[in-house]
Amino acid sequence: MSVSLISLIVVILAVAGFILARRRALAHSGGDARKLHSLPQYHGMTGVLFTVVPAFLVMILWLLVQPIVFENRITAMIPEATAADDATRTLVMADVRRLAAGLDQAVSQGKLREADIEGMRADLTDVRGRLAEVGVALGSNVQQSVFQAAKAYRLIRNTSSLLMTGVVLATAVAGFFYAMSRISVDYRARNVSERFMIGLLALASLVAVLTTFGIVFSLVFETWHFFTLYPPFDFFFGTVWSPRFGGGSTLGILPLIWGTLYVSFIALLVAVPIGLMSAIYLSEYASKRVRTVVKPLIEILAGIPTIVYGLFALITVGPLLRDYFAMPLGLGNSSSSVMTAGLVMGIMVIPFVSSLSDDIINAVPQSMRDGSLAVGATQSETIRKVVLPAALPGVVGAILLAASRAIGETMIVVLGAGAAAKLSLNPFEAMTTITVKIVSQLTGDTEFASAETLVAFALGLSLFVITLCLNVFALYIVRKYREQYE
Amino acid sequence: MTDIMGSAPVPASRARRSSLMAQDALSKRRNAAEARFKIYGIVAIVIAMLALVWLLISIFSVGLPSFRQTFLTMPIELPADKLDKSGVRDVAVMSKVTTVGYAAVIQAALEKAIKEKGIDVGTMTPKDIAGVISLEAPAQLRNYVLANPELVGTTIDFEVLANGRIDGFFKGRVTMESAQLDSNVKPEQLVLAEKLTEAGIMAKRFNWGFITAPDASDQRPEAAGLGVAIIGSFYMMIVVLVLSLPIGVAASVYLEEFAPKNRWTDLIEVNIANLAAVPSIVFGILGLAVFINFAGLPQSAPIVGGLVLTLMTLPRIIIPARAALKSVPPSIRDAALGVGASKLQSVFHHVLPLAAPGILTGMIIGLAQALGETAPLLLIGMVAFVRDYPGMPLDGFFNPASALPVQVFSWTTRGDPGFVERASGAIIVLLIFLLIMNAVAIILRRRFERRW
Repeated sequence: MSVSLISLIVVILAVAGFILARRRALAHSGGDARKLHSLPQYHGMTGVLFTVVPAFLVMILWLLVQPIVFENRITAMIPEATAADDATRTLVMADVRRLAAGLDQAVSQGKLREADIEGMRADLTDVRGRLAEVGVALGSNVQQSVFQAAKAYRLIRNTSSLLMTGVVLATAVAGFFYAMSRISVDYRARNVSERFMIGLLALASLVAVLTTFGIVFSLVFETWHFFTLYPPFDFFFGTVWSPRFGGGSTLGILPLIWGTLYVSFIALLVAVPIGLMSAIYLSEYASKRVRTVVKPLIEILAGIPTIVYGLFALITVGPLLRDYFAMPLGLGNSSSSVMTAGLVMGIMVIPFVSSLSDDIINAVPQSMRDGSLAVGATQSETIRKVVLPAALPGVVGAILLAASRAIGETMIVVLGAGAAAKLSLNPFEAMTTITVKIVSQLTGDTEFASAETLVAFALGLSLFVITLCLNVFALYIVRKYREQYE
Repeated sequence: MTDIMGSAPVPASRARRSSLMAQDALSKRRNAAEARFKIYGIVAIVIAMLALVWLLISIFSVGLPSFRQTFLTMPIELPADKLDKSGVRDVAVMSKVTTVGYAAVIQAALEKAIKEKGIDVGTMTPKDIAGVISLEAPAQLRNYVLANPELVGTTIDFEVLANGRIDGFFKGRVTMESAQLDSNVKPEQLVLAEKLTEAGIMAKRFNWGFITAPDASDQRPEAAGLGVAIIGSFYMMIVVLVLSLPIGVAASVYLEEFAPKNRWTDLIEVNIANLAAVPSIVFGILGLAVFINFAGLPQSAPIVGGLVLTLMTLPRIIIPARAALKSVPPSIRDAALGVGASKLQSVFHHVLPLAAPGILTGMIIGLAQALGETAPLLLIGMVAFVRDYPGMPLDGFFNPASALPVQVFSWTTRGDPGFVERASGAIIVLLIFLLIMNAVAIILRRRFERRW
């Protein structure tokens, strides 16, 4: 049975659980709800919760564990000769899956019967031809071992699906009867269902932790995989980045880190003065009317998707910089450059600097300003010598957050910075960043298990670690700063 | 703070002579510095505003023409002997006639129309003449005829797309000079296009196809549309909404109302704050590793995109939702508890409804961010060229589709300059959706948010 059908049955059972549990509770009290410890609907609620929640948890767990078990069972079936290393094993597994899907389709279209498949042998029948009839194109002729594996795969999958249906429905029914059996006049149904609900709420808050765990686990796992294929030292300290499809690549991260930092540096060079000055003006000088108009307008810049900035860099800023700056100065003739990406990213980052700095400047106690003004300082002197020094840690935190934003930004650099990994000082030259290379390595056609693809995970991990350190540090500073004036 | 007054101490004799009427040099300098500082602030704001305006003008000026397209309207004869030799009007038999057959029909119709209007084509070859029509036109006609088989044998007034270069000529992208250098279009064709316009055969009008049609191949920018991308984005938003609203609300209610203050909740809180700042592309890597390679979900499917965007949006929803819950005053909770409600009842019956506008506002803004997100979707294969509309939900969630921002990206990578215009047009559509969502969020906040 399909997952959606099972879910539907469980939900129907839950509705029945609500109605029956409610009715049962009322029957126990002789129709007088006042005699019950909890209102009848809480009894109904326990019926729903005990039916649905365990059943769904079992199903989710099953669906999560299933692929691992399959993988192990099927890989064991494939002879060592056909799957010598990890890379070919992944390929063979993909073949097995595709073949199984093809057989399914043939059965569902009525071109093959289950009994036929049982007796079929890849070395005797033309499996590829038979499947082509139902519109499943296979890349090559089918080996007998792979065909056997596909048959076994279908068998395990069907058994597993049957088993899952049984186990999930049994859990639901068991939960249903458990809930029913507990109902009595004194049953504290409200307390039970509320404790259950709070447990569910806590579970929801775990999703965030699970996401982080998933990110770290998948990145570390594949990075470790990459380092078995490519020496870590060469990766972290290599100054040449030239992936070759088909092996023999040089994958040094330094040019990418250089490009990333250079672009981010230019972005901050644009965003910090503009963002900081506008934050100062808005919080210290502007009238309320100006503030209510200008602040949201600046924040629009943060709401515009980055692909828009990317296109802006590609069609407007890039050609402009090339024609009016780079070419006359003889610095290059490429429209995608560090300068293009940096400028546009700077515009994007302005609101991150300005709105956080604005909050922070506003948090500086008014008494400090008043004291400074009282001894005769002008407003700008007060800002420069009193307010800003007091707000400095917070402002630094804001700038660090903006920097982490710039380092992790993808679309602007994909469209604006270029694809050539270079260690150069010329800002009008095309350079590339970590994020650009993650995209280009993972959207290519190379097989997944090669070093050229897996390097993207190592890059992703480096990016994750860099931005995480910046974020943690920045959030720490901002939090410390807030405490200081609270 | 003595250095505020400048380094040199003021001599007593001068100080006595200073007047309230005339500024002395030091005051002048300090006032000038004050004025300068204020101007820096104004300049910074003006630069930010100008950047915004420049960005929008550049996108709109390039993108707006994509909503209008050049079409040719002419009577087209549908000869029965060519399109349906059997004469039984059976669609299965008729579909054996490929687009090549229909191309000949269109070419004949165009030549006839040219002759009727008395347009001089000079030395142009029939192939050049047919070149003003889009390569997509035969397929359009074929689909139309297969949908209405009874039309075979009659003459219909049909509208076909003009070639992208011809369309570019009317939009100023292609000129006589550039046509000379371009192997895809000849100046004679442009002259012919002008004459066709004078004769009323060729005209520009609003192009619904841009919004409804699927993507088109490299040589046919004129036929490319956003249909598949809009449906894909819409499906992803449904997935994000269905998953992140309950999970996000549940998580923020737990953290704000129930969680005990201990290390574990601290960890969750720090975690959420950090997840909100993790680069979006990292979520794409997560999606690729977990949902596609591990769980075996199909590539470029809206369900995978939706799941990735859900994980990305969740922390961005939880943070404002918690702020909204926090802003409900404790007296509400105390009153509910005072009349005998349980903690859960006080939250679900009183606090949550009062915080709902704030939570919804955060939700909509989170959705808007998810709608514009591109990078993670690139990694899970949404860049694939998809021409078939995904099916109805729920099966449709597993069919390949594109997404609005990803469509923009894939158009920017195409060679034909017509696609740059399309990409900007697609951004206008995207920005309109975002504008609507943000407007709804602002209205919600203005109307329902209570200040305590």
